[in-house]
Amino acid sequence: MTDASISGPAGKPQLKKTSGSLLELDKGTRRRNAAEKRFRIYGMAAVGVGLIFLLVLLFTIVRNGVPAFTQTFIELPVELSEAKLDKSGNRDVEEIKKVTTFGYSGLINDALAASLVNEGITSPFKKASDLNKLVSSSAAAQIRDYVLANPDQIGKTVNFEVLASSRVDGYEKGRVTRVALVNDKNLDAAHLDVADQLKAAGTLKRKFNWAFITGADASESRPEQAGIGVSMLGSLFMMLVVLVLSLPIGVAASVYLEEFAPKNWITDVIEVNISNLAAVPSIVFGILGLAVFIQFIELPQSAPLVGGLVLTLMTLPTIIISTRASLKAVPPSIRDAALGVGASKMQSVFHHVLPLAMPGILTGTILGLAQALGETAPLLLIGMVGYIASNYPDGIASGFLDPNSAMPAQIYEWAKRADPAYYERAWGGIIILLVFLMTMNIIAIILRRRFERRW
Amino acid sequence: MSFMKLTASAIALAAVSATGAMARDQIQVAGSSTVLPYASIVAEAFGENFDFPTPVVESGGSSSGLKRFCEGVGENTIDIANASRPIKDKEIKACAEAGVTDIIQVRIGYDGIVFASQLNGPAFTAFVPTDWFKALAAELPVDGKMVANPNMKWSDVNADLPAEDIMAFIPGTKHGTREVFEEKVLIQGCKDSGAMEEMIATGLDEKAAEAACKAVRTDGKSVDIDGDYTETLARIDSNPHGLGVFGLAFYENNTDKLKVATMGGVAPSTETIASGDYPVSRPLYFYIKKAHIGVIPGLKEYAEFFVSDDIAGPSGPLAEYGLVSDPELAATQAQVADEKTMASNM
Repeated sequence: MTDASISGPAGKPQLKKTSGSLLELDKGTRRRNAAEKRFRIYGMAAVGVGLIFLLVLLFTIVRNGVPAFTQTFIELPVELSEAKLDKSGNRDVEEIKKVTTFGYSGLINDALAASLVNEGITSPFKKASDLNKLVSSSAAAQIRDYVLANPDQIGKTVNFEVLASSRVDGYEKGRVTRVALVNDKNLDAAHLDVADQLKAAGTLKRKFNWAFITGADASESRPEQAGIGVSMLGSLFMMLVVLVLSLPIGVAASVYLEEFAPKNWITDVIEVNISNLAAVPSIVFGILGLAVFIQFIELPQSAPLVGGLVLTLMTLPTIIISTRASLKAVPPSIRDAALGVGASKMQSVFHHVLPLAMPGILTGTILGLAQALGETAPLLLIGMVGYIASNYPDGIASGFLDPNSAMPAQIYEWAKRADPAYYERAWGGIIILLVFLMTMNIIAIILRRRFERRW
Repeated sequence: MSFMKLTASAIALAAVSATGAMARDQIQVAGSSTVLPYASIVAEAFGENFDFPTPVVESGGSSSGLKRFCEGVGENTIDIANASRPIKDKEIKACAEAGVTDIIQVRIGYDGIVFASQLNGPAFTAFVPTDWFKALAAELPVDGKMVANPNMKWSDVNADLPAEDIMAFIPGTKHGTREVFEEKVLIQGCKDSGAMEEMIATGLDEKAAEAACKAVRTDGKSVDIDGDYTETLARIDSNPHGLGVFGLAFYENNTDKLKVATMGGVAPSTETIASGDYPVSRPLYFYIKKAHIGVIPGLKEYAEFFVSDDIAGPSGPLAEYGLVSDPELAATQAQVADEKTMASNM
């Protein structure tokens, strides 16, 4: 600048161009400032678009899924007639068992008819059996189970709270309209009149649906009974397998690779392959699991154990990569100090490096588990999609080995089914899955915040 | 990999030894997604009414189910395969090679295939197979020559149909439904319209003519749906002039969105299909491994329960869901009771 200021008049015009008031921005600065402003606006717009997508997604999920958490019930006093349930009259459970659920449908029809008379509602139907479309077909099984457990109640009238059929439930939730029932052979508008009257009388109620959270899957004829509980247990057992296998294997592998292994081409190849493995599509692990675990080792099909093993393969690279990153983040001075006071290499790793890297390792593990929890594709191939999650496991071993589904697989299955009531349940399942994933991610964040160290 | 295998085996062994020898006590079923709803209804009722655990029913398609069925005999193979078409000779052979020789074939009833469009969409109310053939064929014979299908609107095919662009969503080739659609609609329409004779006149032999009849156009007017009917429904939802191919049971569960068309003047219903008046229907089957009867608890009871009058009869829960019950159910019941295999049938 000084050069320029003392230069001859020839340099003057140039100087005038570049100099100016500090308070007045010149053209170039203005342009640069404008560019920065534009970029900020682009950035904000990008964040905004992302947020809008998220909001729309959350809104859709909540709007579609929340109805699954309530369900319509009908209070029904049922006369457990001895003539129908226990002809011999000796209350022998084995003999009572011979009456199948089909034998109970007559009882329910009679009970419904009697309940209408009680409430002073005139039935628009000639036959009592036309009324049973109001009630879920699960009612017969519910009453039969009660009778088998309490054979002494036969001959008495017992109050049951039975599920309303999915169409009636849909009507209560606004999903089913009278117009839509014109071609529907599952329910008539006349049923809805009866439902309205029952509601006014207080026998038909909508309540919180615990069975959706704790229950088992149900067949296509009764979506009102389906719950996600059993597949939740399936997911739990799979996550146990993943945790028990992938944490020790992943940590051991990364500690060895990071702290002990010599740096040569073999470890380089391993390193590249671990990164590759992390990018392999999960369906590939499913095919691998089918070929190796089911066809070669002959583990049982649809078992959470196999699902857990497959997901372990998928989670391992994630855990190894995050563990190595957090081991690398421990400064070498810690290792040097440990070695300096006479610790062996192993002591320095286990007493000093590993504890300091632990928060990072745990965060990586939890995020890996969360990813595995939401994974559907590999489960398709090892037979965990279908009408599977129908039995509660009776014990730990059965939890690992008996066929079960998993939450995302159950959601996928529900979304495929014909009855629109399952659609609502699929969304409800998504809410539950999201709650689990969010909890895990929040735990990971808390761990990181609390134990993170800066050097 | 071998380390993983070892760990896996070790865990499996530990788990197995922890409970003592654990034999499989659950029936495992896999196969056709058309049969899945029926099988799940039966499985649920079976679990409720018997002391056996509820059988496990997987979907995946007839072919994949039969493939797994034919993998061999033993506890880690499935006991029953559901199929929406009869087993093929090729599959029987594959089964025999893996040691699955005694197969019991059980026909559970009939399923109708319906043609439906948006409830408030254009008036697609009546079809004959010829309409579908002319609308979907890849090539049509014109003046003794095969030319690419010129029809763009349904009214080009049949003046009685609405003047709407042709847009059909048909099941993909891995579905059993596709075969029925080809045979009962496309080939039938091809014969009815006289196109088949014209094709043979152009110099094709009978086999090639049949292949040409069921070749579907690829110019985007016809879309193969490889997923389930829910996917077809979603496509129809967003396409006012779209037409879809559905199972009768699926349609009956979604009458608030779909309107069904008659085929050959007959409206699809369980009655018209049972009487044989509605032309597009097919039998549904399941196949049992005889070697597993007596080994897997409850297998025979399940099969007998499936075809019992309470379940598969005209007023049972399957018919309520949309299955057309088999008029010869009594014969099927006797066949299951006697464990008659396919070989002894033939």
